[in-house]
Amino acid sequence: MNTEILGVVLTFIVTVLLAIPIGKYIAKVFGGEKSLLDFLAPIENLIFRICGIDAKREMTWKESLAALLTINLVWFIFAMLILMTQGSLPLNPDHNPSMTPDLAFNTAISFLVNCNLQDYSGETGVSYLTQVMVLMFLQFVSAATGVAALAVVFNAMKERTTDKLGNFYNYFMKTLTRILLPLCIVVAILFLLNGMPMTFHGKDNIVTLQGDSVQVSRGPVAAFVPIKHLGTNGGGFFGANSAHPLENPNYFTDMIELLSQSVLPFALVFALGYYLRRRKLALMIFGVMTVGFLMLTIPTIVAEVKGNPMISKMGIDMSSGAMEGKEVRFGAAASGYWSILTTVISTGSVNAMHDSYMPVSGINQMLAMMVNCFYGGKGVGILNFYIFIIIAVFISGLMVGRTPEFLGKKIEAKEMKIAVLIALLHPFLILVGTALAAYFTANDTAMGYWFAGKASGWLNNPGYHGFSEMLYQYSSSSANNGSGFEGLNDNDPFWNITAGIVMILGRYLPIIGPVAIAGILAGKKYIPESAGTLKTDTGTFGLMVFAVIVIIAALAFFPALALGPIAEHFSMK
Amino acid sequence: MKNHILPAIKLTLACIIVFAVIYPLSIWGIALIAAPNHGEGEVLTQKGRVVGYALIGQSFTQAKYFNGRPSAVGYNAAGSGGSNKGPTNPDYLASVKFAIDTFMLNNPSIKKEDVPVELVTASGSGLDPDISPKAALVQVPRIAKARNMSEDKLKELIKQHTESPLLGFMGPSKINVLKLNISLDNLN
Repeated sequence: MNTEILGVVLTFIVTVLLAIPIGKYIAKVFGGEKSLLDFLAPIENLIFRICGIDAKREMTWKESLAALLTINLVWFIFAMLILMTQGSLPLNPDHNPSMTPDLAFNTAISFLVNCNLQDYSGETGVSYLTQVMVLMFLQFVSAATGVAALAVVFNAMKERTTDKLGNFYNYFMKTLTRILLPLCIVVAILFLLNGMPMTFHGKDNIVTLQGDSVQVSRGPVAAFVPIKHLGTNGGGFFGANSAHPLENPNYFTDMIELLSQSVLPFALVFALGYYLRRRKLALMIFGVMTVGFLMLTIPTIVAEVKGNPMISKMGIDMSSGAMEGKEVRFGAAASGYWSILTTVISTGSVNAMHDSYMPVSGINQMLAMMVNCFYGGKGVGILNFYIFIIIAVFISGLMVGRTPEFLGKKIEAKEMKIAVLIALLHPFLILVGTALAAYFTANDTAMGYWFAGKASGWLNNPGYHGFSEMLYQYSSSSANNGSGFEGLNDNDPFWNITAGIVMILGRYLPIIGPVAIAGILAGKKYIPESAGTLKTDTGTFGLMVFAVIVIIAALAFFPALALGPIAEHFSMK
Repeated sequence: MKNHILPAIKLTLACIIVFAVIYPLSIWGIALIAAPNHGEGEVLTQKGRVVGYALIGQSFTQAKYFNGRPSAVGYNAAGSGGSNKGPTNPDYLASVKFAIDTFMLNNPSIKKEDVPVELVTASGSGLDPDISPKAALVQVPRIAKARNMSEDKLKELIKQHTESPLLGFMGPSKINVLKLNISLDNLN
């Protein structure tokens, strides 16, 4: 095995090994048991007292959702205000301008919903004040929002009948202080020692060795990048995201960034097992997710290491692989691994440009976002998976003639309706968005206010690949992923606003749905397991969930993929 | 919803103070004490003059220097980004072919099958500071001729500057082009 493949394999193994103890720790934090960082309790209590919050009062699922949505609205208004006035606010050494309303809308939504789609470039589009006080702030709190919603669902899955499901603010604050902040500090120090900058000075002017005058953008990068990954946010400090040498200086930092974006999503699955004392159920979920992840990852790495056959034909040395859009210090294997990790997990950071990957990799990146529950984003990955479990329980129940039950609660018409609506929302948003954009492109419509020039001008590549750019954009928006086929010219009202709307719907409905289902189920009578209960922690049931996921993703998205990356793959000679 | 508004606003302010003020200032404080060049980014000098950042690649077009990879942003780190060209885009493939031909013209003693792919494809950041050892070796005859020095001396220099994989077994080998070229200038 060569050193590039070995690096990737070891990164994955170390992540899983670290995720197990962290999962145990998270279960303790949510369960209110004694844990390592209990000395922070006085600080948390002080914050709660100042804010007039009684963090011990238990809430119903509806109250939790109301608290979640209200505070998200406050953040949105705050973000809009700063983004539209940043040009005249302090901490703007490079004199970057304020955002237009449509770009501010897109950016505020994007960071609010943990998506981090960026229609601007960090170097020219935002001030340091925005980077730290808006974007980095939202990266912390949006991650904590997802985890807090998941904690409510965890609580609802216990073996009892209740409508009291813990306190949302308590889960939210503990996620920040006990999980995200301590890990961020450790990771930031590792980054600093590896040369990642942390400064409030603006661009530096340099005369190069050869005598050219260039500028070098810098900034408070080392504080930003840890939460960008630990919160599965993915929004880059610089335009090139983690391909930028100051945002990802070497192979070691690349491994840390890979590890820090995946360790918490992995750990949350183990946390479920420890919290509910159902380790076999957690193993079943982790198994299904891992099988799905590997099925997407392995062909991607193979395709990237092999390189572009159309360049191969020109007769040069292809041993480095497909290097367009990639960095020498990471190589093709680690870039291939990153591209799937970041799309299954909804981070959306990149260490190479996805637009230039092989079509096979493009298929896998998009499938990863279309499925959106192989590990998945901070908290919301398991919420999405939960929807598929509910559907699988119902279908298997019908198949074997047993009452559909999950964890001792009967699943009935109301829960099923919510589950199916949420499962179908994702393909609906992606396909309708793409169809609309493709319609304008095909007719080359003059877009007026919505886009400077004719519609086909937003594509950077012709043919099948152009279609993929649009499909990718909406997949990324609906999955709250945030990566892009960055060739797409997306800083215009059309893309800012349509993708913004898709992001809102793709975030809040898939949080509301699972929390509602779990809340309704928690209020139902608990039926102890008997010989007639359908076992949900077995390999067979895992296979069933996997089949449901594949059928929903494949049936809904296969035609669209066939028009884009699949067609491109078969056109390569 | 109404009774959540006031706590939400207060909690937002508290979170801003902790996570967007105290946290970044702490990291900044650590940078001032412990990071290379106090967190300003490590710079390289030649004869006392700052010639660049160690991590940011530079454009080298002259025959006497080791050349880096093509860049979509012309190695101006005021911005960053890749070409974002798709793998089957005909314009893109033509530009790769052109880059190969140009390389062959500038390095006439090199066989086409020895031209490494990273020297004719643009990086993701447009600021890639590195090339592979192979990509350095393939430029040796040209530089030896331009500088009128022995090829062995250049190969020795490449060997000194090759950074092996992490801990010897993870990731690729690479060479920082700017560091290599500064040493090259210092040889003469």
